[in-house]
Amino acid sequence: MIVFAIYIAIFVVSFFVVKFVVHKTATDYTSLKTVTFGDESAVTPNRIASVISVLSIFLLWGAFTGSSYVPRFLHAPGPFIGDAVFTYTAEAEGQAPDDATVTVRVFEVGTDVDDPKVAPGEGWAKNDVDTVGAWRSGLIRVDRNDEFGRSDGHKIVAVNGQPIAPGQSVQTEFGRVGMSPKGTLNFEPAKGWQMEPIWLPPPEAVWQRLKETARDGYRDSTLAAHLWFSLKRVIQGFFLGALVGIPLGYAMGLSNWFRGWFDPIVEFMRPVPPLALIPLVIIWAGIGEKGKVILLFLAALWIMAIAARAGVSGVAISKVHAAYSLGASKFQIMRHVIVPNSLPEIFTGARVAMGVCWGTVVAAELVAAEKGTGMMIMVASKFQLTDIVLMGIILIGIIGFGIDILMRMAEKALVPWKGRV
Amino acid sequence: MSGLSIDNLSMRFDLPNGTSVQALKDVSLQLAEGELLSVLGPSGCGKTTLLNIVAGFLAPTEGQITLNGHVVKGPDAERGMVFQQGALFEWMNVRDNVSFGPRMAGKRKRDWGQHVDHLLDVVGLRDFKEKAVYELSGGMQQRVALARCLANDPDVILMDEPLGALDALTREKMQGLVLKLWKETGKTIILITHSVEEALLLGERLLVMAPRPGRIHREYRLPFADMGVNADLREVKKHPDFGQRREEILGMIWDMEEEIMGRAEESA
Repeated sequence: MIVFAIYIAIFVVSFFVVKFVVHKTATDYTSLKTVTFGDESAVTPNRIASVISVLSIFLLWGAFTGSSYVPRFLHAPGPFIGDAVFTYTAEAEGQAPDDATVTVRVFEVGTDVDDPKVAPGEGWAKNDVDTVGAWRSGLIRVDRNDEFGRSDGHKIVAVNGQPIAPGQSVQTEFGRVGMSPKGTLNFEPAKGWQMEPIWLPPPEAVWQRLKETARDGYRDSTLAAHLWFSLKRVIQGFFLGALVGIPLGYAMGLSNWFRGWFDPIVEFMRPVPPLALIPLVIIWAGIGEKGKVILLFLAALWIMAIAARAGVSGVAISKVHAAYSLGASKFQIMRHVIVPNSLPEIFTGARVAMGVCWGTVVAAELVAAEKGTGMMIMVASKFQLTDIVLMGIILIGIIGFGIDILMRMAEKALVPWKGRV
Repeated sequence: MSGLSIDNLSMRFDLPNGTSVQALKDVSLQLAEGELLSVLGPSGCGKTTLLNIVAGFLAPTEGQITLNGHVVKGPDAERGMVFQQGALFEWMNVRDNVSFGPRMAGKRKRDWGQHVDHLLDVVGLRDFKEKAVYELSGGMQQRVALARCLANDPDVILMDEPLGALDALTREKMQGLVLKLWKETGKTIILITHSVEEALLLGERLLVMAPRPGRIHREYRLPFADMGVNADLREVKKHPDFGQRREEILGMIWDMEEEIMGRAEESA
């Protein structure tokens, strides 16, 4: 919640700061428009905002994980580390209530730790020591070293002077002291605002893991191999889907019989998410390469068929008429009018299909695979290797984005007239 | 037997709601080679239907069209067409658009190269032949469409409101160009238009059609096209006969529109 509030604060503050600091001296046509609210063409992404947006995500990520990339004064309060002390008041049958202290050494998980040294103290209740890892909690049997144990009716009645009973808890400056139903104390050191690395590792841990995985690999394959396996499946599935789907779409756009025959199939298969086919494909083709490619083929097939059909339907009839009256044959009209005219639609379909395929391959690998990006993050999550999971997600995003950029570039090169007719 | 002959053409088709439309009824017309015919009429008079039948895109329910002695069965390179919106191929540059017909006929570049270059000169697009067509203005696109049609050397050129989408100034220039090309090439041309002035200027013969059912209402033989070939079109428009004809035909179409409105009110 607080993270969200800070994020909104950065958004608003940076807006005003940038507005105040940056004075646009542009003199292009758009800058002279007085009506920009409601004029979509006058709205262009503010690149300063984009940069701040990305930076603030990393800043928040670093600040709330105690990253070394972020200056210390920007860190959110971390978990309590050090010696926590609280007192308890115990009662036993026939004895006056007695106080004793508990010293708990809170240490960073993964480092060596010794019990703190404390004198036993006066009275029948003796001082206790224990260790607890940061973000963890621990039961503390304070009665063990006391002169009267549970058999003598040992009972804790207060912590730091505040009364406590089974099921209740007391907040101390170092953390929460609770009492179990059986009357045992447990200590949960204050967690602060930072995230435990097991939930959210700091950026440098992810970066470190990236270098490590790129060098040594994970699960018998290098990082590049995992990525390449996913990518290869997408490319194979997409090309097979396009190879069948585009001619199918053309046939549906050009023939009543094909349209009637395949309409029910295409219209039925289109709304079925490819993910829903994973179990069936695994039953039929197993978890190997064949199953993945079949799945991606099915994911791309309908999208490409519909795109090609729309491309054919989108041919202005006057163009076809013009070609006929210029003496073109049916084949020539197909080759010189219908196919080029449908290219923009097909490219739009291809971009969608590539996106869907990329999403589907990761999901399919999450379910079952021997290699691949999805498999990598799935296995890592089972071992709580959150840094690999994060790294995988970031790489999946980057590759998906890269695919889309490449498709857009190809589109621009091959169908320059798109959107200009 | 040369020329275009339209004999007792009727066109009737059923609508999904059970009624049927008589788009054309008993239209007959003879057009000699090299004649320039403009067709005028209120919307719904079947003039575009007539053109589509001549082009071979539609089959008439009765009657037939004969060109140079053979019956028209479908679209063919002998009947070229110019549409209201260029209907150009955006994936080709200007020269590839213009040379589309000859290329589809399997001709070599050395056979059509000079002819296409000449046509691009005539329509004033010599410097634009490598340009993409979507980079051209509307008027230039229509000039490409004209050149593309002429490059195929058809016997008859059919124009479906070819200048309808242009601004007034460009339109006037293009009217001059159409006249010039007509005189230069000696092609038979049928031109459909909404503009009375354009029909008068660009019609050696002028056909006024009436709606419901689409039929020929009146036919004129006019001197203005011939005058326009040698003179400024503005001068032609100042001719007293021109103004008189314009008023006459405008009144005629006005009456037809009134009648349609009246009938619509009656049935409502």
